[in-house]
Amino acid sequence: MDTPPPGGRPRPPLHPAAAAGARPVNQPHPMNQPHPTGSSGHTRPADLAALMQQVERGDKQAFSALYDALAPMVFGIVVKVVRDRAQSEEVAQEVMIDLWRQAARYRPEAGSVTTWASTIAHRRAVDRVRSAQAAADREQAQAAREHHTAFDEVSEEVETRLASEQVRRCLRGLTELQRQAVTLAYYGGLTYREVAQTLRTPLPTIKTRMRDGLIRLRDCMGVTT
Amino acid sequence: MNQHASDVHGLAAPYALDALDPAERAQYAAHLAACEACRQDVADFRATAARLAASVAQAAPELMKERTLAAVDHVRQLPPRVHAAAPVPLRGVLRRKALPMALAASLAAAASFAGLAAWQHQEKQQLEQRARQSEQRLDAVSGVLAAPDARTVHGRAGNGALTSVVASDLRNRAVFTATGLPAPPAGRTYQLWLDHDGTMRPAGFIRQDGTVLLDGDAAGAAAVGLTLEPAGGSPQPTTAPLLLMALPA
Ligand SMILES: [Zn+2]
Repeated sequence: MDTPPPGGRPRPPLHPAAAAGARPVNQPHPMNQPHPTGSSGHTRPADLAALMQQVERGDKQAFSALYDALAPMVFGIVVKVVRDRAQSEEVAQEVMIDLWRQAARYRPEAGSVTTWASTIAHRRAVDRVRSAQAAADREQAQAAREHHTAFDEVSEEVETRLASEQVRRCLRGLTELQRQAVTLAYYGGLTYREVAQTLRTPLPTIKTRMRDGLIRLRDCMGVTT
Repeated sequence: MNQHASDVHGLAAPYALDALDPAERAQYAAHLAACEACRQDVADFRATAARLAASVAQAAPELMKERTLAAVDHVRQLPPRVHAAAPVPLRGVLRRKALPMALAASLAAAASFAGLAAWQHQEKQQLEQRARQSEQRLDAVSGVLAAPDARTVHGRAGNGALTSVVASDLRNRAVFTATGLPAPPAGRTYQLWLDHDGTMRPAGFIRQDGTVLLDGDAAGAAAVGLTLEPAGGSPQPTTAPLLLMALPA
């Protein structure tokens, strides 16, 4: 991964830019509840971290278990972004192999195993979509993904197909623009410039909505890092 | 903190959602190395995005597991990345070493862009590939700046440019920064050198103002030199150095 890891864990003072949507200090999160990891629902983050230590030492059995825990999420998010199933399988498989390859680079203090894996998976999916686009002339591809298709399709899927009740409920808690900014980028694989074009909204507004949307989601889902 | 600070901070969300263009992504990655607040934001946002990913989980194709397990038999695992005890914020490093403000700004902001502008016309795929390479170089640059043994030397080149070298024996790398370096005469290029026991070894090029990671071993180098060479560079200096900065042992 290319991200410099967070330093020590003590939470720094809230970022000035975050102040508007900052989470309240020392207040319980309204919808804080345990969540399943992957789709199996019974692999807890602590177990995954322990598995990772074994995988890091080349333990294939541990990797098999890690695969079972993470593959549904990895495949799910890749399909969501890439759409094409055959290509998605290729990408998802590359991601799983990458988890094996990079196991020793996983740093628990930088985030959970699930977050690490989903970050790698999403990045690869987006890379695939964008390089395919570059090859097929980005302008044209952009037009094809235009407005109504991307927008309706994504929002409809988000509304009807989300496996997780909690995520669905939290997404409903966002404003329309916040929700679209987050989902078009994350599920649609669009850059925030493309999101701005698609929604015909100024770039700074999209940046703000994306941030506010993520902050609201984070707080609604009780995400802690 | 530079003028664009608030703009740059605002990119944590699109960064965490992989929604930045390659150039912006590289710029923001450099910023992250220096900004604890943004690292925390990105960690939060990625954890949030992970929930979005988990919520669309679905059974992977059946044969995928078999193929994956068969494939990893032939895949070598990477060794752990060696980290400094704790990444020192860039600003802290610069303050401690009392780098002049102009250079500090140059290091913090311009580092990421050395060379990026020239890529604008490259093929898109190459661009992404190179953006990735540039990120790796930025990692290396921040690694040097954050190294516990990083030491800084300042200089003034014959043509008036202000320069600094940050070197780390631990990382075995050195970073060179120039401010106020005039464009080289036509057909000429600025070439950097590392002095090892009196031998000047080629250490890369610098186009104009900016920050570059020097090629070659920095540990044990006695000095960093800068010369004007014919375009394409030379195997050894062919002109009197504009600058020779001794590195403290
Ligand atoms: Zn920041």
